[in-house]
This record gives sequence, structure tokens and C-alpha cells, in this order.
Amino acid sequence: MAKYLLIESRDPFDSNDVSNFYELAGGLVQEGNEVTVFLVQNGVLPARKSTQSKPLSDLARNGVEVLADDFSLRERGIESTRLADGIRASMLDTVIDHLADGSKVIWH
Amino acid sequence: MSDNKTITFALMDAPYENARSTTALRLIDIAARRGYNINVFAYEGAVGLPFTKQSPHPNAVHGRDADEEDHPLPYQWIESIAKTAEASGGKLDWINCGLCVDERGVHEALEFARRGTPGDLWKWAESSDNTLVIPTK
Repeated sequence: MAKYLLIESRDPFDSNDVSNFYELAGGLVQEGNEVTVFLVQNGVLPARKSTQSKPLSDLARNGVEVLADDFSLRERGIESTRLADGIRASMLDTVIDHLADGSKVIWH
Repeated sequence: MSDNKTITFALMDAPYENARSTTALRLIDIAARRGYNINVFAYEGAVGLPFTKQSPHPNAVHGRDADEEDHPLPYQWIESIAKTAEASGGKLDWINCGLCVDERGVHEALEFARRGTPGDLWKWAESSDNTLVIPTK
């Protein structure tokens, strides 16, 4: 089992390929890997409950850890109390933790 | 205290254009505070990040002079991060893609930002604990 950190910096309202990245996360966890999706910059926009947050909540229900950069959330006025089910605010330090641990880290 | 981790970053975005540059420098700063050894390979527009002829400017729209505007300069952030890394027991090493520098004429860079080739990125990736590539869109 490998550990993956998938960093999503784009938002699905603007970039259609974001769904492919979510799909990659789901596929990796289905194959028994430990997967974290880390949302940053405009990638945090679907973390707020909306029509676009369901895929992220579904990932969380299927075993993917879904985190959103607290700085990016604050920049966009999204309070951590308004996040969709299964999504937690987190510090950017999480990315460095994963890099130091040897996770496979992919930026999108 | 440093636990001697070495992390390599590959950056491609030019300064003043995308939030990716800010996020990349935030990440590098976190690693520096932990005393990690950090390698940065700057490719394409990212070779402009350590360019020392970036200069502050006034903002006529807001009626502020250059001092009041206190314009952020990425090369100064990088300089500061390098000092943080050293004070924490680590080191920031920076290679600019030489051809990318020539194309853009950004030769006046921070002293520790040396010239190299993508081959250097490969060597760093081989010798580091981990590598993060932050590509342009």
C-alpha cells in the first residue's frame, strides 16, 4: 500500500479536468492505497457546501482524507464551519509532512 | 532542529502571475523553518523569482508612494527564506534553468541562485527524500 497526497489547486467551476483528479483519488483508494486530497488556492471553492461539493464528500465517505488549506479558505471568506461533509480545514504544513514521510505527492 | 530531510521543488510560474508562486514559497518557507535541506529548480518563468532587479513602485490609483505601497518582491522573500533555512540548520539551494534565464534576460539573480539544466533536477530528484513538481496550468 502506498501513500498518496493529491493537491488540487483548481476549482471545478473553472476546470473540467478537476473531476479526473477526484476520480484518480477514488481509484487509488479503491486499490488499497492511503489517499489524501489537499485543496489549495481556488481548489478550496467546492469545499463549501454547494452543487460541486458532493464529489468531495463522496470521496471522504469512500476513505479518502479530504483537507482544505485554511489560509486559502480564509482568503475566500469560507468559514470552516461551512465546509461540506467529510472535508476538514488543515494547515499547509500537511503537504510538507507528506513530502517528508515519502508519500507520492502530485500537484494539479 | 534539523532531521536532515531533503526536499526538491520544481517551479515554473513567473512571479506576479499566479497564486502557485505564493503557495510554492509558503511551502518552501515551512520546510525552511523545519531545518530541511531544500532544493529549488526554477524552470521557464520561475527563473524570474530570484531576479534582483525587481523593484518596488508607487500606486498612483491609491495615492501611495513606493514606501507606503511596500510592494512585495519575491526575490526578497527568497532571500529571507534562505536565511531562515540556515538559521534552522538547513539550506536553500537554488538552480535556475540557464537557457530560460538567457531567453528572459534575467541574469541578475540572488548570489546563491546558480545556473543549471533540467539534468540537475533529475539528480536532485534522485538524491532527495521527495520531490514536488508544481507545473503551470
